[in-house]
Amino acid sequence: MAKRTPLYARHLALRAKLVDFGGWDMPLHYGSQLQEHHQVRNAAGLFDVSHMTIIDFPGPAPARALLRYLLANDVARLGPGKALYTCMLNDAGGVIDDLIVYGRGETGYRLVLNAATRDKDLAWIAPLAERFNASWRERGDLAMLAVQGPEALAKLEAVLDAETLHAVRASRRFHAVEGKDLFIARTGYTGEDGVEIMLAAENAPVLWDGLLAAGVAPCGLGARDTLRLEAGMSLYGSDMDETTTPLVSGLGWTVAWQPPERDFIGRAALEQQRAGGISQTLIGLVLEERGVLRSHQTVYDGDREIGMTTSGAFSPSLNRGIALARVAAGIGGGCQVDVRGKRLPAQVVKPPFVSRPL
Amino acid sequence: MSSTIPSELRYTETHEWVRSQEDGIVTVGITDYAQHLLGDLVFVELPEAGRVVTAAEGCAVIESVKAASDVYSPVDGVIVEVNELLADNPELINQDPYEEGWILRIKTSADMEGLLDAAAYELIAIDEDEDEEGSLTNSKLAG
Repeated sequence: MAKRTPLYARHLALRAKLVDFGGWDMPLHYGSQLQEHHQVRNAAGLFDVSHMTIIDFPGPAPARALLRYLLANDVARLGPGKALYTCMLNDAGGVIDDLIVYGRGETGYRLVLNAATRDKDLAWIAPLAERFNASWRERGDLAMLAVQGPEALAKLEAVLDAETLHAVRASRRFHAVEGKDLFIARTGYTGEDGVEIMLAAENAPVLWDGLLAAGVAPCGLGARDTLRLEAGMSLYGSDMDETTTPLVSGLGWTVAWQPPERDFIGRAALEQQRAGGISQTLIGLVLEERGVLRSHQTVYDGDREIGMTTSGAFSPSLNRGIALARVAAGIGGGCQVDVRGKRLPAQVVKPPFVSRPL
Repeated sequence: MSSTIPSELRYTETHEWVRSQEDGIVTVGITDYAQHLLGDLVFVELPEAGRVVTAAEGCAVIESVKAASDVYSPVDGVIVEVNELLADNPELINQDPYEEGWILRIKTSADMEGLLDAAAYELIAIDEDEDEEGSLTNSKLAG
């Protein structure tokens, strides 16, 4: 049977359209995916993301040494209360998963990984942790809610005490605040301001109810996908996977090359790829006429096949088809995408497709 | 899921509805059940008027937030009109699938006997409900 989050009963009560996602029964939408998308861009939306995998490493040492070896970005950059986006690579430089790691000072580190990759992630991490003598614990006892949108921080007033609220508002993007019962990070997967809140599963329904009462709209994974795509954020399994490196996935910026003496898994392969010249790149495409782009559509420059879309959707904010595509490096301003047998002109852009003042 | 299935219309197994007029012209759209399953529609690719179609031939494409789906002609005939409003307002199909959200009109000499009546179509819709997603699959999602 599919796994259920602590908010499953809430989703049923709201008549959510439920789908299987990575072994979890998750809400796709609560009526209209488009409305939910606009709600997050214009006001505030609430997502149940309790399916995501949370792992705590008590620390700081030896977790620090382990994570500096395990992750392509460098946790040495991570002060207390700060978040870092990174890939976890295999020896060939392929992406096993992308994740956020939070520095927690003397408490250690917290990792948030994808739900669909949980089993292979844990199987990869466990023997390495043992080798580094680092202990870790999966936090299946926690739930996670995301509150996203220009009004997200204002809406938190209804559910947080004054001190915590002040700390959250004083925090910057990609920083976290830890209260007694709440871990509140200024992160998200929508391109909007907002927070992701981790808390004990049994407390999640009360927080959910409080946010809904404050006028935050429940939003499903459908809107989450179009929001992240507009924001130019990668989706694991679509835009990158174990057969692609961060360097051909628009994620070169997440690889910490300095200091050169830090060895991390995949480093040698990435250095070799970089030295040989990067032959592919991840670009953004905007369809010039009405229509929808999807993943796995072939991209052409004239007669020449140059690549493939990795994610595609109708952008509700732009009213256009948009996509991420992995293509041959050095492509110029225009190309064509094969949409059901027709070649439609598309403009090449640098993501994000929609950018917000943050 | 409860959806409307007007008794005066005819239906196909592929979720089109058909309304016949006395002049041999039929109006075609997709059912309330189908628009529910597809979710928000964001694009409709319409054919040119004048195109000759045969029954079960794809004659339009509707794209929802989830996926693209063909609309199949319920009968042999000639397309005489398409709903141009859908080009800018594909959501009309979600809002009013049997009236404002009509898709095309076909001139035909076929009779309606080969099509399903409301009771027969309801059985199909119920069957697919029990089948969970039926043929309308979900695209990959974030998470």
